[in-house]
Amino acid sequence: MKKVLSMVLVLMLTCVLCASAEQTLVIGGTGPLTGDYATYGTSVRNGATLAAEEINEAGGVNGILFDVKMEDDQADPEKAINGYSILVDEGMQVSLGAVTSGACLSLIEEAQVDGMLVITPSASQKECVQYDNCFRVCFTDPMQGVYAADFISDNAIATKVAIIYDKSNDYSVGIHDNFVSRAGEVGIDVVTDQAFTSQSNIDFSVQLQAVKDSGAELVFLPIYAQEAAYILTQAKSAGIEATFFGCDGLDGILTKIGEGNTDACEGVMLLTPFAADAQDEKTVNFTTKYKEQFGETPDQFAADAYDAVYAIKAAMEQAGITDLDDPDLNEKLISAMTEITVEGVTGTMTWDAEGEPSKSATAVVIKDGAYVAYSAQ
Amino acid sequence: MGTITKLLESLLSGLSLGSIYALIALGYTMVYGIAKMLNFAHGDIIMAGAFSIIVFTATCGLPPIVAILLGIVFCMLLGVTVEFLAYRPLRKASPLAVLITAIGVSYLLQNVAQLLFGTSDTEFPISVGNSALALGSVSVKYSVLLTVAVTGAIMIILTLFISKSRTGKAMRAVSEDKDAAELMGINVNRTISVTFAIGSALAAVAGLFYGMAYHYVGATTGAMPGIKAFVAAVFGGIGSIPGAMLGGILLGIIEKLAQTYISTELSDAIVFGVLILVLIVKPTGLLGKKISEKV
Repeated sequence: MKKVLSMVLVLMLTCVLCASAEQTLVIGGTGPLTGDYATYGTSVRNGATLAAEEINEAGGVNGILFDVKMEDDQADPEKAINGYSILVDEGMQVSLGAVTSGACLSLIEEAQVDGMLVITPSASQKECVQYDNCFRVCFTDPMQGVYAADFISDNAIATKVAIIYDKSNDYSVGIHDNFVSRAGEVGIDVVTDQAFTSQSNIDFSVQLQAVKDSGAELVFLPIYAQEAAYILTQAKSAGIEATFFGCDGLDGILTKIGEGNTDACEGVMLLTPFAADAQDEKTVNFTTKYKEQFGETPDQFAADAYDAVYAIKAAMEQAGITDLDDPDLNEKLISAMTEITVEGVTGTMTWDAEGEPSKSATAVVIKDGAYVAYSAQ
Repeated sequence: MGTITKLLESLLSGLSLGSIYALIALGYTMVYGIAKMLNFAHGDIIMAGAFSIIVFTATCGLPPIVAILLGIVFCMLLGVTVEFLAYRPLRKASPLAVLITAIGVSYLLQNVAQLLFGTSDTEFPISVGNSALALGSVSVKYSVLLTVAVTGAIMIILTLFISKSRTGKAMRAVSEDKDAAELMGINVNRTISVTFAIGSALAAVAGLFYGMAYHYVGATTGAMPGIKAFVAAVFGGIGSIPGAMLGGILLGIIEKLAQTYISTELSDAIVFGVLILVLIVKPTGLLGKKISEKV
């Protein structure tokens, strides 16, 4: 019954679209807009919306306008599926997948059946692009672990490294495992490996005591910003001097940690392809507009989402789409993905058939309460 | 670092965590002992207390001590209001209906907090700093000493209040038999309101210590400590005030020892495992009285 109803609705919508002179491509995504990880979903929504507005102002792609719709999934796989179904009912033709890995894993099972192009801005777990129709803008978790170890070793930042990670989180475990195996190859000594779970993510006194006792020079935090704020403030209380180093999950830490505690994240480093203070024309344009519209500095999630929408634009142009009723729309867009090059705010990217982007990794460091591009001393 | 120092450090952090559990458990156990209901919204009163202190200091710009006192008053009013609106109409209903209502109130408070303060955690503005007292190789933070001292003092005052004062006597009478107490001229509703007010005031104090210890407060902040404190109350013998104190502190210490010596991920499983063992051996909890159920 539901299916019939949704088909009728889709038909009606198609008729409405046919009647109007301009076609609108509905780009749908799910992400946590409420709950613990709401900043990620909100950033993605803002970044994607901004890109769509820019594209529409410039006249769209071959006259086709973009409309970004986001559904709240609270980073929950089941809610992501519900959100996906709602978006399909609303006429979605390209999906931004889900913002977080766990939710995206379940969402792509549905999208694969529909054969729809999925470009997730930020779901970094490896399996999130396991199907041919799935692509991503961010690095995979394994790649982040490897890049982080390489970065620390190449820039001679530290040799004795402690790790605190979330064992109940796929994202964190993925980066952790790859970091550990890569660390051995590049001469980094993991002196202590401490875990926590989503049930015990408030009090880190035991883990920090172990870090202190281990004499680590650097603490690797392959975790999200919410927990990192707790760790950093408690580390400051415990008098830990080591440098803290995180991946894209740590993005947004300055907002999370709050004005009274910014000194606790002084010197924290993040492996990220996006630095809001970079001076190239693209980043300046993006950051300025984003600040004007949403009142805050864009983080990496916003940047990834912005680039994802531009990747869709590039794929549309490459495939020469002029009519959204094209029965081969999905196939055309998917095969165009591996042919495009996108110069985005997170770097210049190309995609392989696996769905992985290729771009270079850099790091930012927090100085005087702001992100600054890292430069080796 | 020496083995002894490591042990002492983890005992101390356990004591500090346990004191927070104990403060919350005192509220649970009082309400259970007197109103015979499990107030699952109790954990969220901690969150409300912490947020009200944030609002009074950060937004209204009041000095910390005034903000703390206003926060306590706010929680007392909140506790009494919740009891009046949600639990009092159900006084004659089945315990299950009251329990479900309490869970509903818990979600209501969490969601209202989300609406008001957003989904991200908010900074807690009050802190006693990092200064510590050096005792040999172990350093004890003043914040830990403060938490333990205040919790101990509150337990003593509460025990005296219940055993010596007129209101305390009324509470014990209501706890024994509501109907008989009413016949003796005790205002049962008023007595239960007072119980809720005291329990909520303790929750506000717990919220203060929680905020000072962890620097952040979120809408779901009260949930996990609430559950742990409930476990502590059952562990110590629900209904018993010294039991709640003992249960809370033991729970905190077991949790920290388990994290230090066994595993940081399994600590909760160990804590709850200990609870199950205690309840198998001593079903009424460590200090609980044996009450024969009237069938």
